[in-house]
Amino acid sequence: MSDSAHSDAAIEFRNISFSVDGGRAILRDLNLSVQRGETLVFLGKSGSGKTTTLKLVNRLLSPSSGDVRVDGKSVRDWDVIRLRRMIGYVIQEVGLFPHFTVERNIGLVPKIEKWPAERISQRVHELLSLVGLDPQLASRYPRQLSGGQRQRVGVARALAVDPPILLMDEPFGALDPITRSELQHEFLALQKRLHKTVVFVTHDLREALLLATRIALMEDGRLVSVQGPAEFLRSKDPLAASYVAAFAADMSSLAERGDS
Amino acid sequence: MNVWQFMLQNRVELLQSTLEHLWLVGVSTLLAVLVGIPLGILITRMPALNKPVLGGANIIQTIPSLALFGFLLPAPWFGERADRLAIFALALYALLPLIRNTYAAIQGVDSAVVEAARGMGLTDRQLLWQVQLPLALGVIIAGVRVAVVISVGLATIAAAIGAGGLGEYIFRGLAMVNNQVILAGAIPAAALALLADFSLGLLERKLRPA
Repeated sequence: MSDSAHSDAAIEFRNISFSVDGGRAILRDLNLSVQRGETLVFLGKSGSGKTTTLKLVNRLLSPSSGDVRVDGKSVRDWDVIRLRRMIGYVIQEVGLFPHFTVERNIGLVPKIEKWPAERISQRVHELLSLVGLDPQLASRYPRQLSGGQRQRVGVARALAVDPPILLMDEPFGALDPITRSELQHEFLALQKRLHKTVVFVTHDLREALLLATRIALMEDGRLVSVQGPAEFLRSKDPLAASYVAAFAADMSSLAERGDS
Repeated sequence: MNVWQFMLQNRVELLQSTLEHLWLVGVSTLLAVLVGIPLGILITRMPALNKPVLGGANIIQTIPSLALFGFLLPAPWFGERADRLAIFALALYALLPLIRNTYAAIQGVDSAVVEAARGMGLTDRQLLWQVQLPLALGVIIAGVRVAVVISVGLATIAAAIGAGGLGEYIFRGLAMVNNQVILAGAIPAAALALLADFSLGLLERKLRPA
């Protein structure tokens, strides 16, 4: 009965708790559905549990209690390898394979999935232009790329086998502000075309407001609120309001400095 | 007659001893590699085995080499042939650097790279062969290098149980109180160690990911 109510949910978190061996609770009673095609942004300070929540989806971590469902099926019942291959994963440190060229980095999962070589090479070039990179970079090694280029390759690699779900853990956090802004806008354009189900983790309200369909605000392992960016800005919730106030204070002091 | 003249005069016998020495070191290293590297990999997969395996290899390392050769003498199959016994003992000593370096090399692969690999759905075997081993190879070879250099030195002691090699000259020279004879064994042994160190060093640098 409850399943039909959630039929449009790509990912569901049901009564999730997570604690480490010592007993410290990282997540407490988390309930949330991520709709197909939306960009759900987990916003919170470090230690709020947002990265942990993300890793429950591709089973890099398993909840202490409760259930995570992907496509209506508990992640425990998925074959973990199949589950991960239908979920693209992008992390802040990128984690490109330093001994592989860009082409082999992007083409690794297609190769493991036994795609013919020609199709892999075609797909690699298609993805490189999709993320705004010159296809000539295909033969470069990661160390020969800039930070922004590396993260673009990271995104292309996550999209290689066209997974319906994308998990992004502060993917633009380590980039300089200009490159970060570029990649954020490219992400928006990309998402407009691809309509992936995206779960995105950040501590940056500006980034959350820009990218999110809905913002899930986390604090101390609890989900505080889930709302769209416009509602978030008007929110009466004290925590959400404090984020907005800090953001507004930044803006006004910037404006003051500009005036003087 | 100086050392060089002595070595030149005995060059045939000396070459024979050098080849014996290389045989002892080569076969024992090969055996140790075949056992040590898989053990090093195994303990990255099964952390519970970490302490017993590394601890065991450590204990072997603390046994004085002359005593180990002696201990093994009465063993049924080994006792029959001295070189067999020497090879086994040398392989035991080579285990620690191999296991330890293999373990450290694999654990040392950038955790972000490993997490990305797991997250994209590589199986453990694919993670090992496609990512961890290629990136760890340089450090593993460094372990082989240490093992070989130790073996070249230790193998001189194998002569004490009649396994041959360059140690024969050293023991003979000690008995004769003749430095020339000692040096005729020690100089080629040192040269072998340096050569092995140098060439494996080259290989190591070539395999170390930039």
